[in-house]
Amino acid sequence: MQNRSIWFWLFLTPVILGLGIVVVIPFIYGFIFSFTDWNGITATKFLGFEHYINLFQEDEFMDSIWFTVKFAVITVILLNFFGLGLALLVTRNIKTNNLLRTVFFMPNLIGGLILGFIWQFIFVSVFDDIGTLFGIENLQGWLSTTGTGFWGLVILTAWQMAGYIMIIYIAYLENIPKDLIEAAKIDGANGFQRFKNITFPLVAPAFTVSMFLTLSMAFKIYDQNLSLTNGGPFNSTQMVAMEIVRTAFSDHQMAYAQAKAVIFFFIVAVIALTQVYYNKKREVEM
Amino acid sequence: MKKNKEKRNLFSIEILGIVLGLLWIAPFYLMLVNAFKTKREIFGGVLGLPESLAFENFVQAFIDLEFLKSLFNSVLITGLSILVIILFSSMAGYALARNKSKLSGIIFFIFVAAMLIPFQSVMIPLVSIFGQANMLNAGGLIFMYLGFGCSLSIFLYHGAMTGVSKTMDEAAIIDGANRFQLFWYIIFPLLKPISVTVGILNVIWIWNDYLLPSLVLSEANATIPLKMFYFFGQYTKQWHLALAGLTIAIIPVIIGYFFAQKQIIKGVSEGAVK
Repeated sequence: MQNRSIWFWLFLTPVILGLGIVVVIPFIYGFIFSFTDWNGITATKFLGFEHYINLFQEDEFMDSIWFTVKFAVITVILLNFFGLGLALLVTRNIKTNNLLRTVFFMPNLIGGLILGFIWQFIFVSVFDDIGTLFGIENLQGWLSTTGTGFWGLVILTAWQMAGYIMIIYIAYLENIPKDLIEAAKIDGANGFQRFKNITFPLVAPAFTVSMFLTLSMAFKIYDQNLSLTNGGPFNSTQMVAMEIVRTAFSDHQMAYAQAKAVIFFFIVAVIALTQVYYNKKREVEM
Repeated sequence: MKKNKEKRNLFSIEILGIVLGLLWIAPFYLMLVNAFKTKREIFGGVLGLPESLAFENFVQAFIDLEFLKSLFNSVLITGLSILVIILFSSMAGYALARNKSKLSGIIFFIFVAAMLIPFQSVMIPLVSIFGQANMLNAGGLIFMYLGFGCSLSIFLYHGAMTGVSKTMDEAAIIDGANRFQLFWYIIFPLLKPISVTVGILNVIWIWNDYLLPSLVLSEANATIPLKMFYFFGQYTKQWHLALAGLTIAIIPVIIGYFFAQKQIIKGVSEGAVK
């Protein structure tokens, strides 16, 4: 028994040190210092909820939360629509299905920072040229307004992540028994009926998984935001993640930024836990 | 008659797929085509093909990106991080799966729950702690990647362990092996498929990470994404050079994807569904 617990702890020591020093201790440390005037190195006095009261009255922070929420809602809808659509497409018996999977998935392997720069070129230069060529004014001046910046981020994210969501849907689609579809065909169900009554209910769990992933991902986006719009114009396309980094490392308000980071944690945790709860409830029903 | 209709249907789906596929790679196509143009040509129009191939864009970008150096830094940091994550997470996943005590349940729960914490929530104290310990360097960064990467990896290894029979352990112990021998000679090789998945999931994330290296590394030790950020700032108004740089930065990923696409898609699908 003694022998058993020694190897147990030896096997766990490296990861306990890793998680402890990198995640757990900073998390607790940060939570405590968000109530002080901490400057990143030392704290001199306890301020209670002062930062928390201030941040809820700060327009820039509240705007970034609102912008992020809007962004998350739209991208979750679009990503699931495209993800499922692409998955249905490449699970059909077409010659190019493997090649198409490779193509749709490709943007996920390239970092958000690089993709943001590429799309900056597309929106600013390519859209502008197409707009001039066909006389479409709406295509000009992209990323220079809040609205075009918002949609720019949505398009970039939908394009980048749809292939990832597609992979999840494919995994569930391929588990649907072939004879179920065959039986429905023999019974005379058309394509739409087969989709509505067989395919859709059977991929519903995939929707739960992908909704969890897309929501938490949409809330944590940073690189794409930085390289595509850099938060501009006038910080109007700045998402929460970027807002926290700016407050900390550009404005050097460490404790105040940390208070924002604590709020950010609660938002992300509530979303994730609600999802898990919802997921569990559904599993019981099935 | 019915067969014909089905064939026609499939044909139109194929066409739709090809159109969407082309649309999907259009941004890369536009990047590549314009990377070969001169500044004047881009100004004249981004949609046409280049008149002649301006290879000097790539030469200049290659030099300014210090590409071989940033590639080396990226490979070194990603490689070592993955090695450390696979080594230590597999051991931890094994220990937690085999020791069915209340304590190991709690430890496992803490590792899984830590996945809820977004990076920004620990970022500021993390940088402060590592700064005071003089650990804001490549070594510190690799250790941070172990901390952030081990949760999901342990979760995956723990799940995979249910498929490894306990009789393996017993037989090896009877034969006189100690725990380390048992793990490295018998269990770890059996976990190879899940090691591939863990490796792929972590490579994608670590290779592309920008924010953490930007807080930890100096420009002299920059990885590709970090160097790309500085490079891009330098050439904001010179798309011909910026696009050539982006193209160069993407090439290693495309090569990797070309050789390992099956494993990559399989790994991602396993990681996402579990």
